[in-house]
Amino acid sequence: MSLVLVGMSGGVDSSVAAAVLVDAGHEVVGVTMRLWGGDADTGCCSVSDVDDARRVADQLGIDHVVFNFSDDFEKHVVTPYVDGHRAGITPNPCIECNRHLKFERLAERAHLLGFDAVATGHHAQIERRNDRWALRRGADPAKDQSYVLHMADQATLARTLLPIGAMHKDEVRAIAREIGLRTAGKPDSQDVCFIRSDEGRARFLGDRIPLRAAAVVDTDGVDIGRVESVETVTIGQRRGLGLPGGGPVRYVVDVDHADPDRPVVVVGAHDHLLRDAMTVGSMSWTDAPVSGDVLVQVSAHGEPMAATIDGPDASGRYTVTTARPHRRVAPGQSAVLYDLADDCVLGGGIVVD
Amino acid sequence: MSSEQIGVYLDHAATGPVRASVVDAMSAVWSSQWANPAAAHRHGRDARRTLDDARERLADVLGVSAADVVVTSGGTEADNQAISGAVAATGGVAVCSAAEHHAVLDPVVHSGGVVVPCREDAHIDLDALADALETAQAHQRVAVVSVMAVNNEVGTISDLDAVAAVIRRHAPGAWFHCDAVQAATWLDMADICRVADMVSLSAHKFGGPHSVGALIVRNGVSPAPLLLGGGQERGRRSGTVDVAGVVGMSTALADAAAERAEVVARVDELRNRLLNMITVIDGVVPTVAPQATVPGICHVCIEGVESEALLFMLDTAGIAASAASACASGAMQASHVTAAMGVSPSRARGALRLSLGRTTTADDIDRAGVALVDVIARLRR
Repeated sequence: MSLVLVGMSGGVDSSVAAAVLVDAGHEVVGVTMRLWGGDADTGCCSVSDVDDARRVADQLGIDHVVFNFSDDFEKHVVTPYVDGHRAGITPNPCIECNRHLKFERLAERAHLLGFDAVATGHHAQIERRNDRWALRRGADPAKDQSYVLHMADQATLARTLLPIGAMHKDEVRAIAREIGLRTAGKPDSQDVCFIRSDEGRARFLGDRIPLRAAAVVDTDGVDIGRVESVETVTIGQRRGLGLPGGGPVRYVVDVDHADPDRPVVVVGAHDHLLRDAMTVGSMSWTDAPVSGDVLVQVSAHGEPMAATIDGPDASGRYTVTTARPHRRVAPGQSAVLYDLADDCVLGGGIVVD
Repeated sequence: MSSEQIGVYLDHAATGPVRASVVDAMSAVWSSQWANPAAAHRHGRDARRTLDDARERLADVLGVSAADVVVTSGGTEADNQAISGAVAATGGVAVCSAAEHHAVLDPVVHSGGVVVPCREDAHIDLDALADALETAQAHQRVAVVSVMAVNNEVGTISDLDAVAAVIRRHAPGAWFHCDAVQAATWLDMADICRVADMVSLSAHKFGGPHSVGALIVRNGVSPAPLLLGGGQERGRRSGTVDVAGVVGMSTALADAAAERAEVVARVDELRNRLLNMITVIDGVVPTVAPQATVPGICHVCIEGVESEALLFMLDTAGIAASAASACASGAMQASHVTAAMGVSPSRARGALRLSLGRTTTADDIDRAGVALVDVIARLRR
């Protein structure tokens, strides 16, 4: 039996995670992190979500506390998100939240308070293999969240529990229904938690930074349109560019911020998006660094691609070369490496180019 | 809750234990006096008599007339009516100290009022108040000046006579409102009611029930009502009056007044004993000198420790305390009071309020002191 602090967002996954831990005989305390003081409705810390977490904890007979980490969230997640968009980078806020809030701030607080481990309701699995810790994909391929947990190192994995990682989502909901948890039918959260779904990203960013209109040009430099805010344009995007319909499908293949007063969005055919390699920085490894053949995944539920990784170069960056050309990845997104069995996370980093 | 479940309860400033006398008095009302006190039949008249008796007992302790007592749903409503009602009735501007409770501060800010800085000890800066009143008077009349009797976070006692003198001199027509929600256990309420035109009370702070309080309204001032309807409380607060609540509040206040001298002396010793135990720890500093505060509040800032972690471990050790105010989700929020006092954010992160009451014992204090020494050491390792 261990003393476990379980992060409870008020959703069904973390509710069942807590229930599983209680059932396994651990001494469990639930915590909801208050991360965002804003008025997002989709987040993990609205008052009604905290109420759900508290009432589930009551039902499980465990204590529930709320930790206010909103300053850290602002500093490590929201500000870099806004600054990134201003600079043409598209960070993944869920990854930064896991990195800085769950695996740093919460884990440190838990350690200080005498907890043996922190548990979450993520769909991924931690397994002991050859005296080392392995981070494996969740059993439910549709819900696998190993991608957003890739930055966990051996020390973190040793002190983290993922009680529902071996379950399919329908099993999770079935358990929740069986024990009558109020969160059993709660929909999965999808969006960036601090952005209100009725306002959207442009409004969120527009309240914080000046949004700049940009010319849309084709790959020959011919001016063919205009977007209201270059900050909300992402590489690979093909909708919302204000281009006349009927022509060939065009994708954003580049966003040029070099001249801050005259940003340019370049669109082109799918082929113009294709790249053979990407440069990845801020690399972290779940265990020892790896080189050679791997699988790489560049979005939360993207297809893993066969690749090789080389590096680091003098500036600590790695080159990931895919076996077949891949669609260019927006700078700021995370490239996560898996073993060739497509099972274990090896590490990951942030795409620089 | 049994006393064992309660452990050491040092959050009396949030809510104190309900007095047995209050439970008995309220139960009696619920059993036999449950009729609407506004009804004309004998059941109603019985309830009305009980209500009037209770209101008169309350007024006696406060040194006011029963007609001056407007029963509210608690301190927050009383504060809101004092501020918003004064602004609505006079068209003037509201003025308060930066260290006021949000129940005063928010209506002042919301109505476009003036917030006056406080001193390092959380007392309103009287020179700044004089300046603010002069400046405001140049443009429009000052409707109300609100200064709390006792600060709910750090315990500072206001010099209400000095505040009244500044108001008389610099804004003679302004009404003086005093949020006395934290005062009843420690100070003579009649003194406060003598100097202020409006005074807010909250029953659960002195051994009464939640959700009942009063706004004392004197000297001919007439804040506009917040609630319109049946015209109860002489049109000043519509809604069926909670007879049991008023009986509970009145019983609690009478008991608090009767035992006040003894409680003040005893708790003052306990608070000093607690301070002596914990201020020997490195980096544990009283936020306000104890001479300037009520005996019941012991507020310290603890270096190198975060309030949330500290409170969690104290709770685990059976010690109930608090830091700043908690928001709707239950998360700790940064305190506007310590910020207004000029306490640095890094010091304020280690804020701890231990608040004592009439039921606090020497054993409680010793257990809390020992637990704090242990918990602080563990959090700093």
